[in-house]
Amino acid sequence: MTTTTEAAPPQVVPLEAARKKRRKLTAYWLLLPGIAWLVVFFAIPMVYQGSTSLQTGSLEQGFKLTWHFATYWDALVEYKWHFVRSFSYAAIATVLCLAIGYPLAYTIAFKANQRWRNVILILVIAPFFTSFLIRTLAWKTILSDGGPVVGALNHLHLLALSDAVGLTSGHRVLATPLAVVCGLTYNFLPFMILPLYTSLERIDPRLHEAANDLYARPFTIFRKVTFPISLPGVVAGTLLTFIPASGDYINAQLLGSPSEQMVGNGIQKQFLNVLAYPTAAALSFILMALILGMVTVYMRKAGTEELV
Amino acid sequence: MSRLLKWVRAHLVVLAGILALAYLVLPNLVVLAFSFNKPVGKFNYEWSQFSTDAWTNPCGVADMCGSLALSLQIALLATLGATVLGTMVAFALARYRFRGRAATTALIFLPMAMPEVVMAASLGTLFLNMRIQFGFLTILIAHIMFCLSFVVTAVKARVMSMDPRLEQAAQDLYATPTQTFLRITLPLVAPGIAAGALLSFALSFDDFIITQFNSGPTTVTFPMFVWGASQRGIPVQVNVIGTGMFIAAVVFTVAGQWLANRRKARA
Amino acid sequence: MTEQQPEAATAGGDVRLTGIGKTYGDFTAVQPLDLTVPQGSFFALLGASGCGKTTTLRMIAGLEEPTSGTVLIGGQDVTDLPPYKRPVNTVFQSYALFPHLDIFENVAFGLRRRGKKDVKKQVESMLELVELGQYARRKPHQLSGGQQQRVAVARALINHPQVLLLDEPLGALDLKLRRQMQLELKRIQTEVGITFVHVTHDQEEAMTMADTIAVMNAGRVEQLGAPADLYENPGSTFVANFLGQSNLIAAEVTGSADGDLLLSASGVRLAMPKARCATDATKVYLGVRPEKITLAHASATGDIAEGRNRLQGTVVDSSFIGVSTQYVVRSEGGQEIAVFEQNMDRDIRIAPGAPVVLHWNPAHSFGLDAAQAIDAGTGEAAA
Repeated sequence: MTTTTEAAPPQVVPLEAARKKRRKLTAYWLLLPGIAWLVVFFAIPMVYQGSTSLQTGSLEQGFKLTWHFATYWDALVEYKWHFVRSFSYAAIATVLCLAIGYPLAYTIAFKANQRWRNVILILVIAPFFTSFLIRTLAWKTILSDGGPVVGALNHLHLLALSDAVGLTSGHRVLATPLAVVCGLTYNFLPFMILPLYTSLERIDPRLHEAANDLYARPFTIFRKVTFPISLPGVVAGTLLTFIPASGDYINAQLLGSPSEQMVGNGIQKQFLNVLAYPTAAALSFILMALILGMVTVYMRKAGTEELV
Repeated sequence: MSRLLKWVRAHLVVLAGILALAYLVLPNLVVLAFSFNKPVGKFNYEWSQFSTDAWTNPCGVADMCGSLALSLQIALLATLGATVLGTMVAFALARYRFRGRAATTALIFLPMAMPEVVMAASLGTLFLNMRIQFGFLTILIAHIMFCLSFVVTAVKARVMSMDPRLEQAAQDLYATPTQTFLRITLPLVAPGIAAGALLSFALSFDDFIITQFNSGPTTVTFPMFVWGASQRGIPVQVNVIGTGMFIAAVVFTVAGQWLANRRKARA
Repeated sequence: MTEQQPEAATAGGDVRLTGIGKTYGDFTAVQPLDLTVPQGSFFALLGASGCGKTTTLRMIAGLEEPTSGTVLIGGQDVTDLPPYKRPVNTVFQSYALFPHLDIFENVAFGLRRRGKKDVKKQVESMLELVELGQYARRKPHQLSGGQQQRVAVARALINHPQVLLLDEPLGALDLKLRRQMQLELKRIQTEVGITFVHVTHDQEEAMTMADTIAVMNAGRVEQLGAPADLYENPGSTFVANFLGQSNLIAAEVTGSADGDLLLSASGVRLAMPKARCATDATKVYLGVRPEKITLAHASATGDIAEGRNRLQGTVVDSSFIGVSTQYVVRSEGGQEIAVFEQNMDRDIRIAPGAPVVLHWNPAHSFGLDAAQAIDAGTGEAAA
């Protein structure tokens, strides 16, 4: 490739192909360690878990793959109400997060000036850095039987109402579904606010003016312009809230009573206390399958599949 | 009255936003207040009297500061591992076309779309069956695993938004591929890497569920210490640490903002 | 990287492309083409977006690998050299200034990579040249578009490349600033004497600045020549329409006399010099530029000199634009013909609806093969 007569153009094609090949190799080298890590410590355990769920035996005698599908049936029978609670608590918490988080994200994006925007964002993110267990325990104080919250609710006769619906019982909040939902909502609220804010922030305020100019009333602007544009944020936020909330067992454990336990509590108990690994594996396999199913349906409906 | 009503209607969104913010910050204020409590029993749930004992002697509880140190160690190492591996994957995904791209993207996405308890139980089962001793190493492996995807997402977004002409301009100005990477690409992608690393640190430091399933009897991280304490009795010092971390985080972010602003103003 | 340091422009900085082409899969961006840019010239690659002009430029810079052919710069084959080993520098579209480095470091970048001493002095004098001395410590985003553009030029020129490549360098500027920078760039080019290869879609810009223009269309060079030659004697309908504006009248060759071709356009007899007809075909387009045509009111037909081409028609529209008035006239054949008249002695009778006669010197006509699309090059002309 060094000497060239002007008449005969040198063959560039093989060189180009060689470079392309080298580029491809670079890609694989870059991917290798990270992807290997995820395959070995994420994907393989998932498959392995499927096999564990079909094994029988005990810790002393060892486990054997016996295709014991009955484990699934037994787990479902024993924990069906745990599943119901998991998904209903998570769903309520997600809706609450959206209802509480949207106004705040909207305020940060459109109503706050630069200085306040930063302050509020810091206040949203900073609690992340205080151990969330400590913060969840603080709710025990806030919702305690003799505390101001319960006092106020009692005074307004709201607790009598929520007792009647089954959200609370015995005129107290702690150790009731309400406390668990409240804790879940609190814990995953930032995961709702941040994606919402990111998608709202991209909206040009002039769009509001344009809509206003085109005879849209404030609520119509929100319904026809702002909300549709922020939909990717809503989808991302609801997923980031619902998924971890449905697998959570900390709020149920710390703020609830045994009758508020969720699937996570079941898995934790079977794995760490009972040492019934096949049951724990079956439970988490069912949980995973249900969540993946729901997420797939939801993303189809919501129409955004580009979250990564 | 009608004017008040009008004002409330005009500021409804902001009022709701402020209430939401209060909901978010309230527990932190409670943690702060109760760090000055002198509880009657073993649990620090009810106010009895003011005291600064916990603040003057934050490490006065057996094992607590040890667990804090362990959490810091794991968080730093997990951040390092996840950031290096995640950045490499992010570059590959953002820059190259290769076979298995869709599968790779799915593999990155799934850990973020999986409840922690599922990952925790499955990885724990694997370690158990492989007869791997639970301890520092298993926790670190698990933390790198679940932080990786977040780093990839943060860095990939940054690499994709970078103008490819900047690197071409560097090459055009006699920079070799290595020099281009070190002097142009890396500085420009740095904010994405920093965001990924910061997120990894926060996630790892605060993780409880995955840690509980994959730790040994001697490796008690700070969240695990708090969990244990919540069953046996919570020392006030836990609130001191919690408040300290909150303040450190706020100071850290504010200082960062201030520095960035000053640099912008001076230039 | 110490081997093959690109050195200052001592050797001839001519660019020779032989059989250079680029395909992406099934799509051919650039058909294999031969092109020679003489040393010290200001060469423009002109065409609409997607015509392959930028790809051609990037192959010279080394940012794109050609599928076939060779690139020679100053006699040296650089086809297989990576961009950082080529003695060329590029002014990128929207400048590609490094946002994290200040102006000084942006300009110093190339010198530093080549391990040059005295960077400070050179950068300072270069910044003086582009009148940005006091902005050395600013970041690119703190400068205006025109200032950024000058930094981009300084960053490239400081390396004394043999060839400077400019990829739509003025595209992001507003009209007034663009005019000013056109003259500025032309001045710099004359001063430093480096070969400039300039890619643009703006025909006016190309004609103002370049000595030679290559008009590209669909991956091919349609025509190459000096701006005035291209304008006066376009070789294809694309060039005729893309470079300025043309009236193309379908006609048939009926004979020849005294070096002129005799034509019939729907019965009207016209003529043009044989030498200005680019084809031997009998079905041709007779082309004439709008400013070459004179308008006369139908009642003044007698005043028109003998031997001029004439067409009768009716004024459809007229717009006054200061230096001239632009008319649209519908000829008897039903074709709309554009006419630009200087505003010297305006005949007030020439208004929409008025019957007129269009006449022009046959020597101002040009002939094109009528097998081509009549409207090629009109769509995106001077976007």
